[in-house]
Amino acid sequence: MPTTLKPTDIVIVGMGAAGGVAALPLAQAGLKVIGLEAGTWLTSKDFAPDELRNNYRAWPQSVQKANREVPTHRPSASAPYSPRPAFHPMMNGVGGTSLHYWAQSWRLSPWDFKVVSETTKRYGASRLPRGSTVEDWPFGIEEIERYYDIAERELGVSGKAGNIGGTIDRRGNIFEAPRRREYPMPPLRWTDWHDKMAAAAKNLGWNPFPGPAAINTRSYENRPGCAYHGFCARGGCHVNAKGSTAVTTIPKAQKTGNLEVVTEAHVTEVNVDNNGHVTGVTYVKGTEVFVQPASVVMLATYTYENVRTLLLSKSKAFPNGLANNHGQVGRHYMTHATGGSVQALFAENLNNWYGLPAQGVAVDDFADDNFDHSTLDFIGGGNLFVYSDRRPIVAASMTTFGKAPQWGSSWKAFVKQNADRWHAAYMQKTTMPYEDNYLDLDPTVKDPLGLPVCRITADFKDNERKAAAYVADKMEQWYRAAGATEVVRNPLGTMGPSTHAYGGTRMGDNPETNVVNRWGFAHEVPNLGILGASVMGTSGAHNPTLTVQALAWRTAEYLVKNWTKVAGR
Amino acid sequence: MIPVPAVSRRELFKRFGLAGAAALMLPELDRVLAFQRDVKGGATPAGALSASEAATLAAICARLIPTDENGPGAAEARAAVYIDRALTGWLAPSREAYSVGLAAVDDAARARGAKRFVDLPPAEQDAVLRSLEDTPFFALARTHTIQGTFCDPAYGGNANFVGWDLIGYPGVRLNVTAADQRMNSPVAPIRRSAYDYAMFAAGAH
Repeated sequence: MPTTLKPTDIVIVGMGAAGGVAALPLAQAGLKVIGLEAGTWLTSKDFAPDELRNNYRAWPQSVQKANREVPTHRPSASAPYSPRPAFHPMMNGVGGTSLHYWAQSWRLSPWDFKVVSETTKRYGASRLPRGSTVEDWPFGIEEIERYYDIAERELGVSGKAGNIGGTIDRRGNIFEAPRRREYPMPPLRWTDWHDKMAAAAKNLGWNPFPGPAAINTRSYENRPGCAYHGFCARGGCHVNAKGSTAVTTIPKAQKTGNLEVVTEAHVTEVNVDNNGHVTGVTYVKGTEVFVQPASVVMLATYTYENVRTLLLSKSKAFPNGLANNHGQVGRHYMTHATGGSVQALFAENLNNWYGLPAQGVAVDDFADDNFDHSTLDFIGGGNLFVYSDRRPIVAASMTTFGKAPQWGSSWKAFVKQNADRWHAAYMQKTTMPYEDNYLDLDPTVKDPLGLPVCRITADFKDNERKAAAYVADKMEQWYRAAGATEVVRNPLGTMGPSTHAYGGTRMGDNPETNVVNRWGFAHEVPNLGILGASVMGTSGAHNPTLTVQALAWRTAEYLVKNWTKVAGR
Repeated sequence: MIPVPAVSRRELFKRFGLAGAAALMLPELDRVLAFQRDVKGGATPAGALSASEAATLAAICARLIPTDENGPGAAEARAAVYIDRALTGWLAPSREAYSVGLAAVDDAARARGAKRFVDLPPAEQDAVLRSLEDTPFFALARTHTIQGTFCDPAYGGNANFVGWDLIGYPGVRLNVTAADQRMNSPVAPIRRSAYDYAMFAAGAH
């Protein structure tokens, strides 16, 4: 029999980038919060600068729940399954993937919130991609500017503002929406490699600027500045300069005495009463099963797991899964089309051996609707990003640009000369939601508990492919302007498991087409909050995390202000 | 969406018996033990391969990244030692692929009149490997040879940092200055493993 624990005000499922943020305003308001996390606490000593372990073996020390629940993927309902990756794109641990992410902390563009109305106004409704289920967000970016600002300060984001209260500063992103003030810290430094790329962009008439990152560039909130040691990508920070929630909002929330973090807790179901209210969650820890009753449940796992947990939580009130009586759970899935990278070869060493992927030069001239699409045959675009980040195994695994064989003495000579002369750009492209891109439960693949894993049915459509090709052209132009001697393009890849997965529990005013309301609470379940990029209705062309964190704070703040109404007591 | 049969809570609890718990816990233990074996294997750790298999593998690695006018290769890096050791741990799921693949390489050598792959002269070894270039085993062996040549030396490969020296990787540093990142003033190699730093050696399982 399961052990039923003492009831609490709020249980948050997942102490990652989203749940770890929401816990703070709740705990500060005096609400009792239990944060359930599948992973464990990890600290500096766990973050060895070891490429094989971090980048090829997905962290052997962390709890492997996610890796046993890797979603399956098929491009369409009639297509064969894609090969299943060995690892889940995200990790378990207090702090979640904010422990090992690149920490790029972007605000979305104003256009991302108003894709339907802005596209219609500027180009006509016929320019909205056929079959797309895209809607305007229930609010514009001005609604969450305050929460972006809070997140930037709580997590410690470095960067250079491009628009403070309408005053444009060309050293920052001139396309960003007005912000109330400068970033809390200056941006990560540029090397002469960054200067070279920025100069080339300027020569093209573009607007290069340093990307924002939740990484300290000086001592901030008792954490030191970045050490630029080169193991940031899928590696934890050995000096705590990276603003993961494990070293920022979570410990701060614990200090209030109102947040209890329970580690190695594997949540299997959200429990529901006959009135359709959630009553708590069921979780497995070790060999025991627990029921944690709560007045409010906040589901804050990753996109795939949010959808999966809802679909697994069947009850009389919700026979097709929790909050799914309108069949919207799992719909409107998107990724970021970060495949289709462009790679370049230069005639000199770049000294990219150190640094971090967030230490980069960004160009937003071709992102979102920052450029005129009148004569183009797609909407949206992409952010271009070049950075300093290289480790030996990946360096030696470089493409030979068709200039050398794949092994033997000629290969060795090529790699010896060029291991530090190549670069691969990071390009995040807009994807739209479509009728036939969705998440559900896999009918055959299960985790060790016998519960089905999430299944992705999705493929890039015409609009995404055209946008990707256009953005790749721009990236090639940039590399060539900087003196690249060779340029190659990678294929766009699939919409399989991604670190940038959106949708599945979309936010919107219409309960017929959206799972959560404008505050992040389920239309069908008043005391169920949902956090994460699963609530986002558009992908934009920038990393999701800061938006996820701004929304998490906003949802938590709404709960504090409306406790009686939401909790029903 | 495909409807999924509802799982009753009672049935879930039944499944969460010891068997379910064991399924949860064991992979964790396996991975920790694999890491211990791979990184803390000691001076002469036992590998997974037979002496004959290990010899064939070493010969393959030596042709993939040869010792030549550009200096030491996979042989000096002891890439085959890395693979052999890892096959007892993290790469254990590839053990069978190596048995089959190495046997196929020796078979191809026999077709050329040699007793084994190691008995062929280098040019003929290359011809054998070229004939297998499109096989999954070749891709696997190539990936692992690169790992074994360029990984942190704690895993048994990249011996004496020959892989890092080959491509000019200046080594694991815990703090990198602006000067260290300049394009035209490469920093001197430091030749240190991550686990030479006490904070990580203490933290590794």
